[in-house]
Amino acid sequence: MSCIEQMKYRLYLERTSFKEAREYIEKISEEVYYVDPGYKIFKDYYIIGVPPVAMGVRGKELLFTYVKPCHGTFVMGLDSEEEIARLRESEAKKIKKSLQGEEKAKGEPSGAPASFADIYRK
Amino acid sequence: MSQGKSALLVMGCPEVPVQNSMVIYLAHKLKKSGWDVTVAGTNAPIKLLKVADPEGYYVQKMADLDQTIADIVEKKYDFDICFAFMHSDAGMTYGATFSAISRARLFAVVFGKNAEALGESIDYPAEKIVAVATHNPAPLKNKIDKVDL
Repeated sequence: MSCIEQMKYRLYLERTSFKEAREYIEKISEEVYYVDPGYKIFKDYYIIGVPPVAMGVRGKELLFTYVKPCHGTFVMGLDSEEEIARLRESEAKKIKKSLQGEEKAKGEPSGAPASFADIYRK
Repeated sequence: MSQGKSALLVMGCPEVPVQNSMVIYLAHKLKKSGWDVTVAGTNAPIKLLKVADPEGYYVQKMADLDQTIADIVEKKYDFDICFAFMHSDAGMTYGATFSAISRARLFAVVFGKNAEALGESIDYPAEKIVAVATHNPAPLKNKIDKVDL
């Protein structure tokens, strides 16, 4: 059992499908971030989900999906400025990485290197 | 060929009877072919398995489902193949998680009354084994027997 079940969480949706839970988070959150399944929150909970896994921020509250094999998907809310900061930081890293990838792609030569003589002849 | 290779069988909610039967059958079959087999599940399916196989004749290694996910994410170990048993949206969601975190060749074993619709909803990389089976394991067993490992 994850430590989340011992925390003072708020339950917004219960025993629903993962898709509905994701859409609910997207609808009620002020900020929405997408993480990969296995993203770790609150020390020992690794997010279970079908990508893209939505996580929401509403004020100081982190909104996330919690899946139990016999009970379906739940949408939970827990106040944690620390987890929200970590989520924003991981999103910023993702954006930086993708921008670096784009810049690298732009800077790369498009084909085989041409000699000065070849260019001059043209 | 499969000597030294590892297989993970992921159990979903045990409310559909064919799951337990098929997990024991598949674990035994894989073991006989030289696979190192681990069965992961929550408390309920693991308890059912322990009562059905008290001496561990068919299933030698059992693991907690959430701990297995944590260990794969933390790269403590991984498997060569994974059979994820599912008959509900939650089971399908666990399958998606294994597809994302593990390098194992993934088989989505879909059963129950709504097997066909559930099978169609799987859009992550997995080889689907789909059979409308609840009490009679034969349709699922026949399909599992055709898997080429």
